[in-house]
Amino acid sequence: MRARSPAVRKGINLLALTGSAAAAFIGLAFLVWIIAEVFYRGIGAINWDFFTQLPAPPGEEGGGLANAMLGTVIITAIATVLGVLLGVLAGTYLGEFRHTRIADVVRFLSNIFVSAPSIVIGIFVYAILVVPLGNFSGLAGAVSLAIIMLPVITRTTEEMLRLVPTGLRESALALGAPYWHMVWHVVYRSARTGMLTGIILAVARVSGETAPLLFTALNSPYWPTGLLEPMANLTVTIFNYAMSPYEDWQTKAWGGSLIIAVIVLLMNIGTRTMVHRMGRSKSGEGH
Amino acid sequence: MDNSGQAGNASQWRDALFKISTLGSAIFILGLLAFMVLVLVIYAWPSITKFGFKFLVSTEWNPVVGEFGALTTIVGTLVSAALAIMIAVPLAIGVAFFLTELAPLPLRPVFGTAIELLAAVPSIIYGMWGLFTLAPLMGDYVEPWLEEHFGFIPLFSGPPMGIGMLTAGIVLAIMILPFISSVLRDVFKMTPQVLKESAYGLGATTSEVLWHVVIPYGRRGAVGGIFLGLGRALGETMAVTFVIGNAHELSWSLFSPANTIASTLANEFTEASDDLYLSALVELGLVLFLITFVVLGVAEWWLQKSAPKGKGA
Repeated sequence: MRARSPAVRKGINLLALTGSAAAAFIGLAFLVWIIAEVFYRGIGAINWDFFTQLPAPPGEEGGGLANAMLGTVIITAIATVLGVLLGVLAGTYLGEFRHTRIADVVRFLSNIFVSAPSIVIGIFVYAILVVPLGNFSGLAGAVSLAIIMLPVITRTTEEMLRLVPTGLRESALALGAPYWHMVWHVVYRSARTGMLTGIILAVARVSGETAPLLFTALNSPYWPTGLLEPMANLTVTIFNYAMSPYEDWQTKAWGGSLIIAVIVLLMNIGTRTMVHRMGRSKSGEGH
Repeated sequence: MDNSGQAGNASQWRDALFKISTLGSAIFILGLLAFMVLVLVIYAWPSITKFGFKFLVSTEWNPVVGEFGALTTIVGTLVSAALAIMIAVPLAIGVAFFLTELAPLPLRPVFGTAIELLAAVPSIIYGMWGLFTLAPLMGDYVEPWLEEHFGFIPLFSGPPMGIGMLTAGIVLAIMILPFISSVLRDVFKMTPQVLKESAYGLGATTSEVLWHVVIPYGRRGAVGGIFLGLGRALGETMAVTFVIGNAHELSWSLFSPANTIASTLANEFTEASDDLYLSALVELGLVLFLITFVVLGVAEWWLQKSAPKGKGA
């Protein structure tokens, strides 16, 4: 290092600290700005009709997005059932048989899969479900979201199972419990809260996904009537409405964004409180 | 005794079922990935055989005459992601350092939680904000100003429309900022207190501690985290599609409308009228999948290599 006079070093320090604080301020300001804008612009669209009515025809005022909200709930629910079932099982394998070669490979690929472009998953599901069935469908939408959830739940399940002390497993096995019994009654039980947290976070993540639904669930102005037909959903509706020339639709797009943002944030805050409580009760038991 | 024998059998059977179902699910993930690549290749095959390598280097994208080349969208994908990283990383270093060293102690967890919550906000919301709030501001104020003062650089010349590459890069940057910031914060936090205190004890200033202790100590984790952010920016659809302008053109100007692979897919996939068009779009998807797979794979390998022993990936 070159020797610099203390004054210069203090100057550089002051500059760097100001820069860092400024960067933090700029970054946080943008993010606060976005959230504030969503609330400010979205709140105007929120009324009773918004939650209970079908969309009004193009150009007409009024109506609501009730069908889209219902569709998003249906699609997300089916995705969650599929994603949780496979994800928890795969995560259990990674957590319980963690040193096998397969576990290493699956772990590595799952980590990549978590950040894989969701729109490509949409294309894949289009090819395997929409084309053979001859129709865009809510089912295809649910499958694409399930595929996005799968690696997320796999990885969080594994991490939660890893936190279960080996001693606990060994005591159960020493008492003569079969392996599945031990996992079911001991490991799952002590990792329960963490696994639930992971699942809620995965649901939060996919409930805001748009890209994979564009060519699977598509969208619809009607109530959902069957899983094998195009199904209205909130995110694709937001996309279509935002791109439309009608001011009323654009306002509704903001309203939809507000709903999605609030739900996703609530799920995230909820899991934080859960984890916090879990941490407290655990340490309470220990001492 | 019969009874216990049966129970033992049932138990063994259940143990086998347990092992098979968990192993099966794990293998299912591998199979799914392989199947995904296979399906994409099959659907892209007409385009792959017709255009060959030319697909990757041609800028022609003309559905009417059936000529498809991916270069404009590949360049658009790379440039928008690069812009996002160049803007987001310096800001994220600032945010992370602020969160770990500068912010008043009681506020640190509050700011930290806020950043993590923002990382969970769906990308379509960033897209909405980009379209309705940022794009008009860019078109009316930022781009004219840039052109007036830096217009001699080709990057900053051309008609300021608000919608285009620069706006897309900024929206992407804001979208990945919370993610990169929280990764960097975790990395900075791992610097042992003793190391920092030794440096301070030798008379180092705060910025020297950051530059010579905290950053070198966490360099590996930081690079891995930035690559993960890059992977996300490359594959992002909604934050970009709203604001990039959807034009299949290459231009030096960052103000002009452009395209990424993801935005092209979002805009054109349901409109693809013939098989070759659809096939070319699927090939674009395949290219995007491979690019992100390589970037994320490198990040993951790098992180695993540098992870401290005993702690998983």
